[in-house]
Amino acid sequence: METHGRTMLAKIWDQHVIAHVSDDTDLLHIDRHLLHDLGGSRGLLDLKSRNLPVHNPELTFATPDHAISSAHGRAGTSKTGLELLEGLRAETSASGIAMFDIDQPGQGIVHVIGPELGLSLPGCLIVCGDSHTCTHGGLGALAFGIGASELAHVLATQALIQRRPKTMRVKFEGRMPAGVTPKDLILSLIGHVGAAGGTGYAVEYAGSAIRDMGIEGRLTICNLSIELGAKMGMIAPDEKTYEFVRGRRYAPKGEMWERALAAWRKLPSDADAEFDREVTIDVAKIIPQVTWGISPEHVIGVDGRIPDPSEISDPARRSAVETALDYMGLKAGALIMGTPVDWVFIGSCTNSRMSDLRAAAAIARGRKVAPGVRAWVVPGSETVKREAVAEGLDKLFVDAGFEWREPGCSMCLAANGEMLAPGQRSVSTSNRNFIGRQGPRARIHLASPAMAAAAAISGAIADVRTMER
Amino acid sequence: MPKPFTKLSAIAAPIMRANIDTDVIIRIERLVGNSIRGTLGKWAFGSLRYLPDGSENPAFILNREPYRQAEVLITGPNFGCGSSREGAVWSLQEMGIRAIIGSGFGDIFFANCFQNGILPIVVDKEIVDGLAAEVEHTQGAGRIGIDLDEQTITSPSGKQHRFEIVRADAPVSLGVSTKSR
Repeated sequence: METHGRTMLAKIWDQHVIAHVSDDTDLLHIDRHLLHDLGGSRGLLDLKSRNLPVHNPELTFATPDHAISSAHGRAGTSKTGLELLEGLRAETSASGIAMFDIDQPGQGIVHVIGPELGLSLPGCLIVCGDSHTCTHGGLGALAFGIGASELAHVLATQALIQRRPKTMRVKFEGRMPAGVTPKDLILSLIGHVGAAGGTGYAVEYAGSAIRDMGIEGRLTICNLSIELGAKMGMIAPDEKTYEFVRGRRYAPKGEMWERALAAWRKLPSDADAEFDREVTIDVAKIIPQVTWGISPEHVIGVDGRIPDPSEISDPARRSAVETALDYMGLKAGALIMGTPVDWVFIGSCTNSRMSDLRAAAAIARGRKVAPGVRAWVVPGSETVKREAVAEGLDKLFVDAGFEWREPGCSMCLAANGEMLAPGQRSVSTSNRNFIGRQGPRARIHLASPAMAAAAAISGAIADVRTMER
Repeated sequence: MPKPFTKLSAIAAPIMRANIDTDVIIRIERLVGNSIRGTLGKWAFGSLRYLPDGSENPAFILNREPYRQAEVLITGPNFGCGSSREGAVWSLQEMGIRAIIGSGFGDIFFANCFQNGILPIVVDKEIVDGLAAEVEHTQGAGRIGIDLDEQTITSPSGKQHRFEIVRADAPVSLGVSTKSR
């Protein structure tokens, strides 16, 4: 007998169980498997070497994003990057897997194109060999990143053994103040609960700020779940979700749409569902966030001061802060605002959608990138690129001194040769400020697209609230 | 294939900083390509292990004796957080690591360890800190014992700690879940 309601995680999970493995571990059916150039061809070659066919090529979709250059004409893609691209083309074609290739609508960062194409649907179980697969949870999907072994397993069987995570609900309550964006909400949460605060949990984001938020903002929120340690993040689907999904290329149509809609309406957690952990965040108190260290939990409000390690009692955390300050070239107790920057990167699966580009453009319009700063705008997909061009955003950015690039992961992870020089400092809309993430000894400050644009114009970390019009 | 993990008695190296991420364990540029297996051991912890000129950083623990021989890592909170790159596990394996002890790991890294026969062991932070302190007290000479069947860790001074692990040989039952949460 059930004594309480069920969470959305439980509902989606149970719908995908093929077999129980142990008390908390199940074999799950995978609805969508997304492949990219970095691991896709390796996985397909792995299967080929073992004489295994792809179990469900029609549920598998591929696009190049990680290792391709974002330069025009993809100039500068490395020899190995080109080999991975050719490998992905050859192996997907041989296996009958749809691939969205360079310059085609549908190409882009996997976590941007999934929602865009209607591949990512509420209630779907989605995996990809990339930790930011949690992004798709913004549509009410159960989505998580997997490693190379699990990737090959899914290709061969379309199923995966998983341990059921604990559940955590984060309620963002209240209205976002001026200058504050979904990125600031999630960074603030990571600062609050720590980079391991969500480890072992599937996080459901709820509350009035989430209900008021557009779908792209919800994708940004779920995208950073992994940075608080949670492999899965999700948001209950609602009318906005259905409106977003309706009519997209792979979304259900006609009679199937009506049936899907009826099923999706049953997905949200029941009112009396219990979560293993609950956190409530007062959104009205959040100000624009910026990271100062080498973990996303090293984050403060833009008017804040850099922490002093001598005030931290836990030795592991103190050591991490000391390492961070040394690596970042920052002084304990100093204001973060005014820190000069060399680079600004607007892009990545976190913040490269139309709403992100519009927010950055609103700050850049009629202004100029500060002398000595290189600023890149890398749209998340071919579709985003075309829509932005149709709106004139490319011209606006170029007029302001930004470089307008081709869609892909680019400088977020520097798998494509696009990186900072040692010691250089960036403000980046991406998701990780880890040591070496944007190149050896590169110093990264994570922030929202508007904050990144403000830094590009100011030549230093700046408070976007003083630049909004 | 790695040899099956049963028992181990080995040198252990404490790497206690919080949030050692998979980018720190192995940089992405080492993972671009389809033939990377076997090339990664020397690049594990590259940014900590080598100085900008490419020479070894003598301050890094795995560059010091006897820790060069370490087969066990004792780690700070949230080791292996970040990316899903299985290359992080491959690189540790290729440098000889067979087990990692910590109070918590990145979820995807944790799963990737099992796929490759590396044993990640979660125990309370006090136990982790105690093991690190004992190892440091013996300047690394004190070995850590691990018995997978018994699910125990033995410290250099002989203290025994139990750990939990899901058995991979648990019986599988076909059926629909009835769990409510």
